[in-house]
Amino acid sequence: MQRPVFFNLLQIQMPVGALTSITHRITGVILALGILPGVYFLDRSLQSPEAYTWVAGLAATPWFRATAIIFIWALAHHALAGIRHLLSDIDIGSLLPAARRSAWIVNISGVAVALLAAVALF
Amino acid sequence: MVVTGLRAWLVQRASAVYLLCYIVFVLVHILLDPPTSYRAWREWASHPGVGIASAVFFAALLAHMWVGLRDVIIDYVHPIAVRATVLALLALGLTGIGAWVLRILWLSIG
Repeated sequence: MQRPVFFNLLQIQMPVGALTSITHRITGVILALGILPGVYFLDRSLQSPEAYTWVAGLAATPWFRATAIIFIWALAHHALAGIRHLLSDIDIGSLLPAARRSAWIVNISGVAVALLAAVALF
Repeated sequence: MVVTGLRAWLVQRASAVYLLCYIVFVLVHILLDPPTSYRAWREWASHPGVGIASAVFFAALLAHMWVGLRDVIIDYVHPIAVRATVLALLALGLTGIGAWVLRILWLSIG
């Protein structure tokens, strides 16, 4: 039987836990995209003093730092949502009211960490 | 390697815990004692303890990425041939990154 499928995330009214969940997935993909440049910069930074200076200079530019803040947000959200999952696995906060509360905490803390990083970097 | 069901669930969680510990360890080091020169950075990276922890980190990271991205691909890529191709490319890419990282870590101790 063909079931009706409606996956337009922009039109579905999402409870807060769903927002945490889809953002966990999106941030995972963002972080995965960061691996290639990340490993490249690690490689260069360890190659020679000149290459290290080049990476350090690049890391000081505004566009690099702005990009870094996106990755810091992604990492913060992904890690916090992951911890929420792990706690839920051992039956901590898996009932709905607590799960809703922790979902809010994760969503807000991820943004808060990004804001802190922005203050520290700019 | 086929990782399904309970095994994938376990790999994802075990790797997550290690990734978290390693990231906290590196962050604390960078905040408390930031490596401000090539020498200091290289010396830290080539410390045997750090090298081993980093090698394990990348192994855990690649396993974590495989399980996570594989789930995403299976959810959104439905035609079997396309799905198999994308999964094969992902496996190839992750293997390549693994080899690259091994080389970086190996050269850093030399």
